[in-house]
Amino acid sequence: MPIKSYLAHPHIGKKNELAETLSKIDQCEVMPAENKNVIVLVTETDTDQEDEQLKEKLETIPSLKLLALVSGFNTPSPNKN
Amino acid sequence: MDQAITNRRSFIKKMAMLSAMTAAASMFPGILFADQQEAGIPSGANLDWKKGPCRFCGVGCGILVGTENGKAVAVKGDPNCQVNKGLLCVKGYHQTMCIQSKDRLTHALVKKNGQYVKTPLNEALDIVANKMKETIEKHGKDSVAMYTSGQSTIPEGYVASKLMKGAIGTNNLDCNARLCMASAVAGFLTTFGADEPMGCYEDIDHADYFITWGNNMAEMHPVLFSRMLEQKTRRDAKIIDFATRTSRSSTASDKSILFEPQTDLAVGNAICYEIINNGWVNTSFVEKHCNFSKGLTNMGYGIEDNYKFSDKPSKIDFEAYKKFLEDYTPEKVSKYSKVSVKDIKYLAAIYGDPNKKVVSYWCMGMNQHTRGTWMNNLVYNIHLLTGKISQPGNGPFSLTGQPSACGTAREVGTFTHKLPKGVVMNEKHRRLAAKIWKVPYERIPAKPTYHATEMFRAVDRGDIKFIWTQVTNPLVSLPKTSRYRPGMEKDSCFVVVSDVFPTPTSDVADVILPASWHIEKSGLYGNSERRTQHWNKMVEGPGETTPDAWMTIEVAKRMGFGDLFPYSEENHVEEIYNEYRQFHEGAKHGMAPLEVLKKESGVIWPYVDGKSTQWRFNAKYDPACSNGEDFHFYGKPDGKAVIWQRPYEPAAESPDSEYPFWLNTGRVIEHWHTGSMTRRIPVLHKAMPHAYVEFHPDDAKVLGIGNGENVKVISRRGSCILPASINERGLPTKGQVFVPFFDENMMINDVTLDAFCPISKEPDYKKCAVKVEKV
Repeated sequence: MPIKSYLAHPHIGKKNELAETLSKIDQCEVMPAENKNVIVLVTETDTDQEDEQLKEKLETIPSLKLLALVSGFNTPSPNKN
Repeated sequence: MDQAITNRRSFIKKMAMLSAMTAAASMFPGILFADQQEAGIPSGANLDWKKGPCRFCGVGCGILVGTENGKAVAVKGDPNCQVNKGLLCVKGYHQTMCIQSKDRLTHALVKKNGQYVKTPLNEALDIVANKMKETIEKHGKDSVAMYTSGQSTIPEGYVASKLMKGAIGTNNLDCNARLCMASAVAGFLTTFGADEPMGCYEDIDHADYFITWGNNMAEMHPVLFSRMLEQKTRRDAKIIDFATRTSRSSTASDKSILFEPQTDLAVGNAICYEIINNGWVNTSFVEKHCNFSKGLTNMGYGIEDNYKFSDKPSKIDFEAYKKFLEDYTPEKVSKYSKVSVKDIKYLAAIYGDPNKKVVSYWCMGMNQHTRGTWMNNLVYNIHLLTGKISQPGNGPFSLTGQPSACGTAREVGTFTHKLPKGVVMNEKHRRLAAKIWKVPYERIPAKPTYHATEMFRAVDRGDIKFIWTQVTNPLVSLPKTSRYRPGMEKDSCFVVVSDVFPTPTSDVADVILPASWHIEKSGLYGNSERRTQHWNKMVEGPGETTPDAWMTIEVAKRMGFGDLFPYSEENHVEEIYNEYRQFHEGAKHGMAPLEVLKKESGVIWPYVDGKSTQWRFNAKYDPACSNGEDFHFYGKPDGKAVIWQRPYEPAAESPDSEYPFWLNTGRVIEHWHTGSMTRRIPVLHKAMPHAYVEFHPDDAKVLGIGNGENVKVISRRGSCILPASINERGLPTKGQVFVPFFDENMMINDVTLDAFCPISKEPDYKKCAVKVEKV
């Protein structure tokens, strides 16, 4: 189950819009910086395929200028015994 | 099982979030994430939030620690604290994560036959007290020493001073603030006769210009830097970075001006020359409130053991000072400082403009300097000549590195020459201490003994036979550890180390005492802006961990001084603070009552009639002003500040054909000083796992060194192997290398030089000569 963190750089003046869009996506958790034009994004998906799909979806968000990966983890699913 | 996996996933999510925040902090100077910790708190959690100051730097941010079932589970900025108004930096958010480190010192360890043996604390304290007593009986009271910290709480510093000076009767007490703040203290005392800044952080909200002197605030004081950036955005305030290396602060500033190491002395004088030459002197202020003096020159650098120096000030007049400055025209200074004439004039014009408010900030660049006292005097000269001082938005402001370098080291006075009020050399001050401590006045010696560097030289020489260090890691932080580590390993000295984690210093101890961490005890700190901050114990410490103050008291009792330490274990912090407060009674340094400190998120002294004094020496704000004028520098007998004639003199060691590079050392945002805490916080350690040596790309090219390749940095003292860093975090000027000192596995202080400022005795970590070899 991939967990990844990114720095999401919005287009100028679009930080709030980007934060709102990202926070509406189930697999996303966001932390906008107080005083800089950047948002910390953590994604959590069930499979690598879902992770890929999410990444593709994120890249189509109009207010997003650049998505930079910081860390990636893979953990066991809570449903597995 | 599912629960365990879910917990692990939420931990990993938190780690992922923190990794990204830390990455952002290293990319964006001053970045803040105010809501981070709250976002990580599980919904429905019933946390008890307790206030305190941050454990790390001297900014003194207020924190709220969320506890649940006796454990600290979250930290957030305290919105009621005027320092940080709810914001924190990456170190601040993560601070409590080190407490549960697996190698935490939880019990006393006593070395027996070369092995550390877990020992009940009471037995370990018996050993410490017996050894201290026996050493005094055999070799005299000056054979024992204590070396404490700007991270010791006010009560911890106070009982250490009382034990050494009042009970035993030796001045063999010094602290690690000697390594970071002593030049600021000597600067304040020589210029104003009173220690600590006259202004406060609220100056940031009023200043038009911030001039930072050799100070990388974006990494070292990030919350204050973020407040400056906010003013830059909101009011177009300007930040000018004056430094020897391009740092995160330089790139976020409006202008970066680079100078050749040590020539800040000359540039400071050139600014004063320009101010006078252009008629920008605030004549009425200078005539009413300033004297002019000069001191001895060619003082040496203290490189030899038992070096002694006493300045001999003599008064001069304005004309003599003006004549002296003729050697410091911008044209002359530009030649050796490598600062353009235009930039020197630009800096002078900012200070000289009567319609612009200017704050000067500095920290280690000016203080860790073989002429650190002079450098502090020179910046005060600029502010005094222009009358830009002690007013909102106008003033010189020396920042501290440690959370209680001011509150404990400077105010309680854990230096060899200090007492809680005043100095040991002053009979009146000794009499006051003797009265409050209830000891015979004759017991407090009138002569200072060893400052930090000389104390460890005395250990090496065999003159000190017992040393007890608390809350500090000198075998990583001292300069020239290549001498002092073997010195501490000698059998001639019995070493007691009180700490939270094992360090290279505890590695050489005969007895290791397990100290409580910050929030595992009650305490008080004092930050850079004279703000005293109290906190109550928030969680229980593991094993037999005990507050340093209480361990000192227990040793004192065992040595037969119980009557001087009549404090109770439950309330000793309160009892000690109430006793200590008596030293500072009055309008010039009155401390707030404990009830006020318990309620407020810090209170600035002098605290008079229920109010903090934000700007000292200005009659509008400071009730201690009594000369009937608008300003009163009451630290000096005649109420006037001193403008000092201080020349440029070269560094103790400069590059030559054999050792062609300057070595500059410093810190990084991720780590606190020697890294003993932050290297145990996984996200910070992962973000900055080891030290490095920064090169200018042109130097790297000539030497054939690529990024990440191992390089040996060699001086006349020792060597250190580190990976090269080119065009990454910082950019040194050509002919200079920079190394952070947080990494105990890459000991750059084996390479540094133990030269110090002859007046303040603070070592210079910013300048020595090295050569480099590709490994």
